[in-house]
Amino acid sequence: MLYIKCPHCGLRSQNEFAYGGDASVKRPELNKEISDQEWDEFVYLRKSPRGKHLELWHHVSGCRQWIKVLRDTSTHEIFNTYKSEEKVG
Amino acid sequence: MVQNYRLDKIGLVNREKKLSFKFNGKKYFGYEGDTLASALIANGVHLVGRSFKYHRPRGFFGAGVDEPYAIVQLYRNGETEPNVRATEQELFEGLEAKSVNCWPSVNFDIGAINNFLNIFLPAGFYYKTFMWPRSFWYRIYEPFIRKAAGFGVASKEHDKERYEHKYEYCDLLIAGSGPSGLASAYAAAKNGARVILAEDKPRFGGSLLTSDVSINNQSGKEWADNIITELKGMTNVTVKNRAQIFGYYDHNMLVMSERVTDHLPKSEEFTPKQRLWYIRAKQVVISSGSIERPIVFGNNDTPGVVLASAAKEYMKVYGVLVGKKPIVFTNNDSAYETAIEFKKNNINPIVLDSRQDSNSEIVKEAKSLGIDIKFSHVVVAAKGYKKVKSCDIAEISEDKQNLNQIKNIECDCICVSGFWTPTIHLASQSGGKTKFKEEIDAFVPDKSKQKEVTLGSANGVFTLEETLKTSFDKGFELSKEITNNNNSQQIPKVSEKKHSKHDKFWCVPLPKGKKYKRFLDFQNDVAVSDIELAIREGYRSIEHVKRYTTLGMATDQGKTSNLNGLQLVSNIENKVVPAVGHTTFRPPYTPISIGAIVGREIGKHSKPTRKSPMHNWHEKNNAVFVDAGVWLRPRYYKRGNEGLFEASKREAENVRKNVGVCDVTTLGKIDVKGPDAAEFLNRVYTNAWLKLPVGKARYGVMLREDGIVMDDGTTTRISENHYHMTTTTAQAANVLSHLEYYLQLVWPELDVNVVSTTEQWAGAAIAGPKSRDLLQKLFPDTDVSNEGLPFMGFVEADLFGVNARIFRISFSGELAYEVNVESDNGNFMWEKIIEIGKDFDLQPYGTEALSTLRIEMGHVAGSELDGRTIPYDTGLDGLVSKKKDFIGKRSLLKKAYNEKDRQRLVGVVPLDKKTSIPEGSHLVKDPKGKLPNPKLGHISASCWSVEHNNPFSLAILKDGKNMIGSKLYAMSPLKNKTIAVEIVSSHYVDPKGERVRS
Ligand SMILES: [Zn+2]
Repeated sequence: MLYIKCPHCGLRSQNEFAYGGDASVKRPELNKEISDQEWDEFVYLRKSPRGKHLELWHHVSGCRQWIKVLRDTSTHEIFNTYKSEEKVG
Repeated sequence: MVQNYRLDKIGLVNREKKLSFKFNGKKYFGYEGDTLASALIANGVHLVGRSFKYHRPRGFFGAGVDEPYAIVQLYRNGETEPNVRATEQELFEGLEAKSVNCWPSVNFDIGAINNFLNIFLPAGFYYKTFMWPRSFWYRIYEPFIRKAAGFGVASKEHDKERYEHKYEYCDLLIAGSGPSGLASAYAAAKNGARVILAEDKPRFGGSLLTSDVSINNQSGKEWADNIITELKGMTNVTVKNRAQIFGYYDHNMLVMSERVTDHLPKSEEFTPKQRLWYIRAKQVVISSGSIERPIVFGNNDTPGVVLASAAKEYMKVYGVLVGKKPIVFTNNDSAYETAIEFKKNNINPIVLDSRQDSNSEIVKEAKSLGIDIKFSHVVVAAKGYKKVKSCDIAEISEDKQNLNQIKNIECDCICVSGFWTPTIHLASQSGGKTKFKEEIDAFVPDKSKQKEVTLGSANGVFTLEETLKTSFDKGFELSKEITNNNNSQQIPKVSEKKHSKHDKFWCVPLPKGKKYKRFLDFQNDVAVSDIELAIREGYRSIEHVKRYTTLGMATDQGKTSNLNGLQLVSNIENKVVPAVGHTTFRPPYTPISIGAIVGREIGKHSKPTRKSPMHNWHEKNNAVFVDAGVWLRPRYYKRGNEGLFEASKREAENVRKNVGVCDVTTLGKIDVKGPDAAEFLNRVYTNAWLKLPVGKARYGVMLREDGIVMDDGTTTRISENHYHMTTTTAQAANVLSHLEYYLQLVWPELDVNVVSTTEQWAGAAIAGPKSRDLLQKLFPDTDVSNEGLPFMGFVEADLFGVNARIFRISFSGELAYEVNVESDNGNFMWEKIIEIGKDFDLQPYGTEALSTLRIEMGHVAGSELDGRTIPYDTGLDGLVSKKKDFIGKRSLLKKAYNEKDRQRLVGVVPLDKKTSIPEGSHLVKDPKGKLPNPKLGHISASCWSVEHNNPFSLAILKDGKNMIGSKLYAMSPLKNKTIAVEIVSSHYVDPKGERVRS
């Protein structure tokens, strides 16, 4: 079980969190005309990298904040965690 | 009965306390502190079971967790447990155990015929034989394999025992209380670290209990006892025996199984049988020791062949002899301790040493005691069926290829030692690499991946002096990093005998013309010949050889067999062992009971139970409850002999005729506050929200980004910047996370806050033509007329001194209101409604009547909003704004979502107006059509329409819009029903929606 440092609460076990997928996905702006392909990529297509991955976790059984976690998907090493508004890299 | 193999003056068992027990129905005695194994051996019982494949007789091989043979069915306090290792099960008064794998009895076992037909059961036998024809699997092969194989039987009764889980945090977790564990624990604890020390055996000390050493002029055991006593007295230390750390998971999370009362006749009330510890450790010390490995020779599975270290442990810990005419067969010095121990107890062992010579201290001692030592000698094969009676021995050539002067000598046990294998399971589970250590012919941990270190013989260090030194140092160093303290301990003085080198010999060649079975894996009956066959058949990867032959796949996970298997593969392949590599170690290190894994989360504890404030009232009034997510909701209120159908029909009819009240507390409620709340709702919902006035509610639908309907509900504008959102009971948690996602990550510029208020409000839906009359009596000071409180209106009101919110919303399709009060006042509100409602023939109604009412009205719910439907499918397309953007809107442009014959919500009535249509039935054109019969749609919800007094269902049907009036068939293969139906409008009652506005 992973040990995740919530930037608001500190180190907590994984079972307090829900996984939220790739944190680099950016929702297209409202009312903006975009192609089918762009929209489908946003809704459906995700990379599944082996190695470093910036991902979202939701501290559902804690402070209820969505946070960003930079994690290695093969070793589970967590390099850093960030608040939702922090810019990463 | 006399314990013929019990020694008088040696051992740690309590001879003051005699315990009686039964094995295979026969009564025996042992002592407190015995294991079932030691007590049986004391009584001369060596035949405990039959092997897995060939049903060969099985005795004892080890004295602990590595035991591959002695697996029994245990009976304790009215329960039975399979797969219990007799070497680990402590004796208690009244213990009963039986052999497994044998029928009709351990002495006469029909399955043993496999032993003589074993040509039919070579490696890969199951793969080759049971492949075809496929139809034979369930009826013939599987029952056959199940009957013939397996260890013991699982109880079919509910397990009455209690199991617990515990979470713990520490600085240092130390796995194993041998010399390295004790030393590192002591050094760390004295330096202020929070330490957990776990020992899987009942007694602490590991090898110190049986080795002939002295530490600071005390015996190993005395030193261990003193250290443990001191550790137990320290507040920063937790010391646990009978506790096995079996799994090493990510981020230094380890799981330990503590057998709290397995050693007692029964558990005391509220005391768990076992406790599972989830431990998060800053550092882990793996001091798990090493396991002696066998030397492979003919018939080496015969009862009476034991590990030399086990024979020593039986003598020194339990005061028990594994035999009175022992052969000690070794390739190293450590087995001499066993020989010397025999000699000290007036038993004359013969030592066969595969080495040409050894002049180490301990060999000299053995010689001086007059022990018969034959160098360059090996055991060729054990003789005897149910117990060793003799063995063939031979002189072996220097190159270990040729046997000379084979002769038979009498013996009753063979104590074998092929040197030591470090227990690297935990280190390997942690993700660390391993390396092959040439000097010991075994793998040891290499670079750590997580924060752990392996010490002592688990790390391939076999001298006590070095073990204690490194362990004291490491315990101090690791604790210093954590505590910043600097209190180091003096390393004690050690005296131990120096050992000379072992012989890299592990397998005795077959004499010419002999076909003895030479076993590698004793539990799964994998012999040398099986591995040879697998390699002849082309298997190369050790992982494939393992699966094809089942080597190391038994419940002991190959603790005694893995390395010899690797030796064999590398010999045949002419490779070195490290090139072959070892198979992956996975948790658990030793089998863990399902009960321990499940813990307290059984039955109604498997999930939380949420109850509304009115729950007690429902209970008192004969409510029959149903699970709605984690909530308990009244399904119906039983009167007299009514069943579900009669009661829900009565309740629904009463809503249509008079007035009913339903507990709707469980609906999800979310407070949405802030200056941008209206804008936020406008983006979340498909319809327009910017112009909703204060004091008004609106029905809304929200989508996922992929256009699928996520949830629906009403949201009310309480004040300028404050909205009260409701969600379905099931989706409440998901909707909150969804809103938080958009507020925190997508549109952080919106000044809005959301918080769940589900538990803050108790809700009662009052529905039916008389509901306004009732409401007027409940709120005499509030204008609840159609003008004062119109449809979708909201007002705050006073309910006999209690603040209430009244929403004029309707799920039933009748004139209806929802009253909310603070949860603490829920029961007060409910009882007032019931009391005053009497004048209006009010009845409470449950979820079943609620469903009936909504279905015949054509209102969609979870069974239509099932994660596969878009607004059009469920008839909600009228709520989709064309003007503004919202979550998921772009997806609605998808081609498939706009096909002309897109599926859509319809009503379904059976032609006979009698037969209820099972939910989930498929709608088809031709009931006799060729399979696969094209499915046009499915029945999502069914009810008995109280308005029309006949069955009515909702369905999602292809081209539903144009299918009204057509005749189809509803087919339910599950219920074996085919029903002729007519497709009608989903609005079966009050299609114009006049009642809700009346
Ligand atoms: Zn948090």
